[in-house]
Amino acid sequence: MSQDLWNYLFIGASFALYIGIAFKQRAGSTKEYYVAGGGVSPFANGMATAADWMSAATFISMAGTLASSGYDGSRFLMGWTGGFVLLTVLMVPFLRKFGKATVPDFIGDRYYSKAARLVAVVCAIFICLTYIMGQMRGVGIVFSQLFGIGIPAGVIIGAAIVFFYAGLGGMKGITYTQVAQYCVMAFAYTIPAIFIAIVLTGNVIPQLGLIGEYTKGGEGTPFLEKLNAINTELGFSKYTDGSLAKIDMFCITAALMFGTAGLPHVIVRFFTVKNVKAVRSSACWTLSFIAVIYLTAPTIGAFSRVNLIDKLHDTAYEDAPAWFQDFEETGQMAWVDKNGDGKIQYFGPGKSDSGKAGAVFLGKGPLFAEGRGGSGERLLTNEVVAASPNELWYGKDIMVMANPHMAGLPKWVIALLMAGCIAAALSTAAGLLLVLSTSISHDLMKKVVKPDLTDKEEIKWARIASLGALLVAVYFGINPPGAFVAKTVAFAFGLAASSFFPALLLGIFSKRMNKEGAIAGMVTGILFTLSYIIYFSYLGGTPSQYFLGISPEGIGFVGMIVNFIVATTVSRLTAEPPQEIKDLVDLVRRP
Amino acid sequence: MRDAEDRYWKANLRWLVVILGTWFFVSFGCGILFRDWLDENFFKVGTAPFGFWMAQQGSIISFVLLLIAYAKIMNGLDAKYHVEEESK
Repeated sequence: MSQDLWNYLFIGASFALYIGIAFKQRAGSTKEYYVAGGGVSPFANGMATAADWMSAATFISMAGTLASSGYDGSRFLMGWTGGFVLLTVLMVPFLRKFGKATVPDFIGDRYYSKAARLVAVVCAIFICLTYIMGQMRGVGIVFSQLFGIGIPAGVIIGAAIVFFYAGLGGMKGITYTQVAQYCVMAFAYTIPAIFIAIVLTGNVIPQLGLIGEYTKGGEGTPFLEKLNAINTELGFSKYTDGSLAKIDMFCITAALMFGTAGLPHVIVRFFTVKNVKAVRSSACWTLSFIAVIYLTAPTIGAFSRVNLIDKLHDTAYEDAPAWFQDFEETGQMAWVDKNGDGKIQYFGPGKSDSGKAGAVFLGKGPLFAEGRGGSGERLLTNEVVAASPNELWYGKDIMVMANPHMAGLPKWVIALLMAGCIAAALSTAAGLLLVLSTSISHDLMKKVVKPDLTDKEEIKWARIASLGALLVAVYFGINPPGAFVAKTVAFAFGLAASSFFPALLLGIFSKRMNKEGAIAGMVTGILFTLSYIIYFSYLGGTPSQYFLGISPEGIGFVGMIVNFIVATTVSRLTAEPPQEIKDLVDLVRRP
Repeated sequence: MRDAEDRYWKANLRWLVVILGTWFFVSFGCGILFRDWLDENFFKVGTAPFGFWMAQQGSIISFVLLLIAYAKIMNGLDAKYHVEEESK
């Protein structure tokens, strides 16, 4: 059987499953549409939340980031799991007790103000849109791989599918589809890792392989030492050291963590179980399911790095494995024969003479020209960086997809992985789309613009809003604002950390916090973060101008501190909140 | 009644501090701030340097354990102060 046939088989079967579930569990009322009727078991909710939580960025991009940056990639691992601890202990039990369907609802009521609600809606829309862009990009990458088409066409196909079943099923449909998607993702992620672990380290459990010996081809050396040796030999920093400054690493991890705790689409998930006890056990399940994937990601990263270098470095182009040409065809790998020896050379920043550390060429990605070079490779129109001997370019997002090819795994494993990638992207995109559409239909239309909206009209608005949001997401999926999926997503977390986290935390833990403080805090926090990101990503800011050396990915943490300071100061200077609000806070604090 | 609620909330806050303290220590502490020192001077986990292992594996395992502990402690507190929520 050919690879294509396997792919279609696995993806077709998983799709039939999702759509079947979505159809069977489709939402009948607004309550079902928003919170699945409130009666999902902690175990099922845990799985669904894990699927919702683990986006295409996690699934596709994270292992690739780990592979290329080693220790530095830990920021995503710790950030996205550690944030879950914050979310569970600081936010969810209290917000659930409050018992409203959305985060802007809480903010609107706690801060007794339409203006606060409006600010929260705008923040929610902004955060979700940034996040969903990353997902659409991920979907695009998978479909482009699957059908051998360009990423733009892949993005459009993915968007059509997401719209179909998120709009149809509402939260109830999504929850049960996500359970199925989690299972697909978990298998798809761990099975290739197990195969590769056996080949490279002789260990069945990848996590033990990572801390074990590299045994391929004779005697064993400690795996990470082997990897460090490979890295330093090619002019990269040691795999276990990374190259980010400590303060930047700290801030990015913190932004991801606090952002997680302020992400509207994850908080909403916990409104679907029946009591606080169930919320706690649901959170334990969720993090355990997430940990299965997050503990595997570092092993995939490390293994694929060894494989990539082993298979490509110093290999003549015509001897390179077939998958290299396949990825070159879809524009995700490229080779420039700088020294004209017909061999692929891969080098890091340590081997280049000037500042353009390790770059093959200038520009974000390869721009292919017509025609072929001397060895049959695709020619590029990018300006080549002569100061660096590195000849190999690959998109970081492609690592997970390329991994089973590199390890020569059976075709069905690759097909399973494709199905998993799609599940990851679809589940998150669907969850986000739902929050976006609720924000618009419920928080904006019903609560602010037109209070006499009927249930039916509200769902109609929700569906219209999801279509609009998707169109925006498609545009940015095709023209991504960040270099790779994980980075785009990191911005969304920075925005959430700097806007929602302080407003929610102070709303629960400080009775003195009033509407003036909360609004001022949210507005300054998100504006500060947003302008920093825009300045450095689009208006030509350079790393030497970074505030204390903190990159745009990590600035959300600073934004959060700004928010806390502004909110506290303003609230002290203005009137105390009314007594009924203080009573409300007391009520929320009791389980 | 008010008094019991206040004590419940205080106990709640005390546990939060303990849990978040551990949370900070395993991730930011071991995984970032003292990572290089731990890599050099602390024991290895298998063949992996300790700080690196904490950043990529140990912290995540700790988080899961933390949440399990949290659920147990909080359920215990609820029972002790008789503030359990009736299931709807």
